[in-house]
Amino acid sequence: MINEFDTIAAIATAVSNAGIGIIRISGGESMRILGEVFEPYNKKEVSLLESHRVYYGNIKDGETVIDECIVIIMKAPHSYTREDVVEIDCHGGVSVVYRVLNLVLKHGARPAEPGEFTKRAFLNGRIDLSQAEAVMDLIESRNELARRNSVAQLKGGLSDKIKKIREEVLYQVAYIESALDDPEHISLDGYGDTLYPRVEEWADETRKMLSSYDDGRYIAEGIRTCIVGKPNAGKSSFLNALLGEERAIVTEIAGTTRDTLEESVTIDGITLNIIDTAGIRDTEDTVEKIGVEKARREIENADIILYVADTSVPLSSEDFDILDQIRGRKKMFLLNKSDVSQAESNAGNTGEAGQSKAQRSGQSGEDQPKFRGNFEQAAACIREYAEEDEPVIAISAKYHQGIDDFITELKKMMFHGKIDANQEMYITNARHKKALDKALSSFQCVKESIENGMPEDFFTIDLMNAYEKLGLITGEAVEEDLVNEIFSRFCTGK
Amino acid sequence: MKVVEEYYDVIVVGAGHAGCEAALAAARLGCETIIFTVSMNSVALMPCNPNIGGSSKGHLVKEIDALGGEMGKNIDKTYIQSKMLNKSKGPAVHSLRAQADKDAYSIAMRYTLQNTDHLTLRQGEVTELLVEEGSIRGVKTFSGAIYHAKTVVLATGTYLKARCLYGDVVEYTGPNGLQAANHLSQSLIDNGVELYRFKTGTPARIDKRSVDFSVMEEQFGDEKIVPFSFTNREEDIRREQISCWLTYTNEETHKIIRDNLDRSPLYSGMIEGTGPRYCPSIEDKVVRFADKNRHQLFIEPEGEYTNEMYVGGMSSSLPEDVQYAMYRTVRGLENVKIIRNAYAIEYDCINPNQLRLSLEFKNISGLFSGGQFNGSSGYEEAAAQGLIAGINAARKCQGKAPVILDRSQAYIGVLIDDLVTKENHEPYRMMTSRAEYRLLLRQDNADMRLTPLGYEIGLIQKDRYDKFCKKRQQIEEEIDRVRGVHLGAGKQVQEVLAKNGSTPLKSAATLAELIKRPELDYESLAELDPDRRPLDASVIEQVNINLKYEGYISRQMKQVEQFKKMENKLIPDDIVYEDVHNLRKEAVQKLNDIHPHSIGQASRISGVSPSDISVLLVYIEQMRRKRI
Repeated sequence: MINEFDTIAAIATAVSNAGIGIIRISGGESMRILGEVFEPYNKKEVSLLESHRVYYGNIKDGETVIDECIVIIMKAPHSYTREDVVEIDCHGGVSVVYRVLNLVLKHGARPAEPGEFTKRAFLNGRIDLSQAEAVMDLIESRNELARRNSVAQLKGGLSDKIKKIREEVLYQVAYIESALDDPEHISLDGYGDTLYPRVEEWADETRKMLSSYDDGRYIAEGIRTCIVGKPNAGKSSFLNALLGEERAIVTEIAGTTRDTLEESVTIDGITLNIIDTAGIRDTEDTVEKIGVEKARREIENADIILYVADTSVPLSSEDFDILDQIRGRKKMFLLNKSDVSQAESNAGNTGEAGQSKAQRSGQSGEDQPKFRGNFEQAAACIREYAEEDEPVIAISAKYHQGIDDFITELKKMMFHGKIDANQEMYITNARHKKALDKALSSFQCVKESIENGMPEDFFTIDLMNAYEKLGLITGEAVEEDLVNEIFSRFCTGK
Repeated sequence: MKVVEEYYDVIVVGAGHAGCEAALAAARLGCETIIFTVSMNSVALMPCNPNIGGSSKGHLVKEIDALGGEMGKNIDKTYIQSKMLNKSKGPAVHSLRAQADKDAYSIAMRYTLQNTDHLTLRQGEVTELLVEEGSIRGVKTFSGAIYHAKTVVLATGTYLKARCLYGDVVEYTGPNGLQAANHLSQSLIDNGVELYRFKTGTPARIDKRSVDFSVMEEQFGDEKIVPFSFTNREEDIRREQISCWLTYTNEETHKIIRDNLDRSPLYSGMIEGTGPRYCPSIEDKVVRFADKNRHQLFIEPEGEYTNEMYVGGMSSSLPEDVQYAMYRTVRGLENVKIIRNAYAIEYDCINPNQLRLSLEFKNISGLFSGGQFNGSSGYEEAAAQGLIAGINAARKCQGKAPVILDRSQAYIGVLIDDLVTKENHEPYRMMTSRAEYRLLLRQDNADMRLTPLGYEIGLIQKDRYDKFCKKRQQIEEEIDRVRGVHLGAGKQVQEVLAKNGSTPLKSAATLAELIKRPELDYESLAELDPDRRPLDASVIEQVNINLKYEGYISRQMKQVEQFKKMENKLIPDDIVYEDVHNLRKEAVQKLNDIHPHSIGQASRISGVSPSDISVLLVYIEQMRRKRI
């Protein structure tokens, strides 16, 4: 057989000069290999060591001691993979960890492929599919919230919820069928009325899980954010302001699927993947056309659009062109250069103190643009344009003002104000979403059947559909090729 | 000593419902066939209920007929009442049931056997299987005669080491006091066949003249008769029907039963066999449904000319005196005379997991089996298996691949797959709930599903097939036509809709769209469809169902598509499950026992989990890639 279930080994911790490095070995040969490389301090035969105990000793290559370490033995089936698993905790330091790993490989283990430990855990029935996927999400998770959500899924939060619905659905199917088989003892009189509220409940639950999909995706992958605005509206300086926040964690991301992505920034547990567009306008220039096309596409794909307006000058036709482009999309309006324009407005509206302060700062800094009394005008114009639920926020990219307001509004918009992975479960996986979508539409079909007064035996067709689709998430139902599809998604780490 | 020796292609052991279908199929497919019966008078005997069909069993009979079997034709000849059950439910669970004249049924079937070319009906008890090098060679009878054959079909029903019990009385006979077959079990064991011991039971037969029908509810047959056989039209088989009667047990009945439970061989432990949960004795019902204060009883005639009546719903193995006491508590049976006692019967049967889906034994080539011998219960289940076993026994002689029906094609497929694949510790009864795709497996479309296959096999003759093709074409054309009939929201349309209690049209619609409305159908809209040409009722029925339930049908077809994907993932014959690491031990054992032919079948084995299936999927994919 192919190397599917031979003994594998990998470094389980991040490869860095950290305090400890762990090498994990899994498979039938784990104990033999350990016996050949490990000499416990108590001088016992390795084969006699007990499972789920910690042993202190030396890792030796022949007579050479490579490192002193702690070894944990977890014998099958009481391990993550349900195979014999050995973990060697050695001193950190890239070179030591690699030397130990190489030694283990030399003695017959094969380097684990990405995700292989988890794959085995799944194949051995240790974890179900949704848990396996949660492990993958965990590996991929980009920020703390996503990590916590992954942990919740790993514990079976999603599985539990779905298993409960499935159980209830199956009970009703069984009831209908036993009534069909034994009409003398089991009656279906008025059954549709009894079933209807149940189906509504299941549909609601399913809908809830579905609506958490977007939230979940925002958490796991970050929010695709597209900044638009006419040239010099302050898009870049807003971005820089975000990146410059002390609490921001900035990551440069490269990758085939995200080659347009420029920056990823995490603030207060929310990750924004920010695309700064070149700006949109009608043009005859071929090169620029490509850029504009690309920008249009980005707008199409974005989860949210941040429209940055320069309020220091009146809105122009360029602004209105852009506003037209982003009509109907989820968006926020950022009124930039409020420091400048508001100062002047304030000067006009609230008296001298404001004016003098603004004027002072304007006069003292050479880089300050000339201010004109446009803020209220621009703001009014934008507010008129904005839908009721679309926030309009005054910011000053330059002075880092309004960033807090922006974050608060963003949370409101994207997470209904609360993001708390401890409370809520988020669906983060496209496969789960698809299955839930189908289950939901099956529940709708059942409701329709009841509404149309169809005979009860028709209900079971769609109930079983929902049951099967939900089972795809928990791995209690298997569809052809699903397994391979899942495995192809496993990535480095576990 | 000189012994008789004869040579056949196919030997069928037992002439019950399974044996008859098997023998007829084999002979009609051109094989020289001999069928053994312990008594000439017990051919196609109905030792229990006097009816054919019923919920989901009616489907089986229709399928048997669509494939070219005999049961449907035989009951159409000999029925005394016919009824379509579950008419208030959807078309998937409509089930045809006919009361039979038992004697007439048996005689008609015997005549058919005796007048079929290539077929010999022989009285005699088969006592031994002749097996050489894992292949069947023939059988030996009690008299010592040897019959050689290429294939053998075992259909011994409930006769193997049978004993009948009520109270502490034990009779070592087969059903109805017929001679049991006491020798073959040992020969099976000697050939490595694993046996189960099952039990079933039957109620008392009573004298019609001692029953007061005036206090019972009369159960009439349907006015409009649906024949079981697709070859019959209603007018061919219409007849005067005989009623059945409905009455109930009561608290007094239940008290007598409860007080005497300790005298039942079931509860005293005298019966070792496992009984059918789905066909419970009255003792079981009283215990299991303790909160019910009455149970239905159907008093059914055993035939047109006999005074014997069957007390449906009250099978029992209580002692004779208790039987008298409890039957006489029932309204209308106060003075009842019992003609035959109720009894439980225990018999040897096999663990059907030893069979392939073709119903051939995995470890004895050429040996097939069907019916209660395979651990099922019911005449229809038996006949269905007998037909498939007979077809495949003949095909084996002719060097052809076996015919296997899958769960999406027929109830027969569900039945055999369940028997062969799943764990079964009680007599298996067909039930609607066992079929996943029942909206497609309706009794009304059995011919659409199976007659082309029957023709291909050779059991459906050309003229019948041509008629079938014409019907199919008419259905398709009419559905197309009706989809193209556009109706405006005019006065006549609205009037017809109003007359049928349907809401008026807001805008134009097609006739097909209107037919979908629950309160309307093809026939009630005749006025709006002047171009309609006269069509047979069976054609109209299909047009109606296909249009009315189109959405559901197409969703179910999608389910079938998914199902087929897993069925079509075949497991290589040479797979060694021990080599598939990470399969759980229990799964390895089960997979070795069953040797499923596809991933789909494997997934239905109890003890094989979804993660085992995932492991297998991965392993087989790797095997495949390795071979390329």
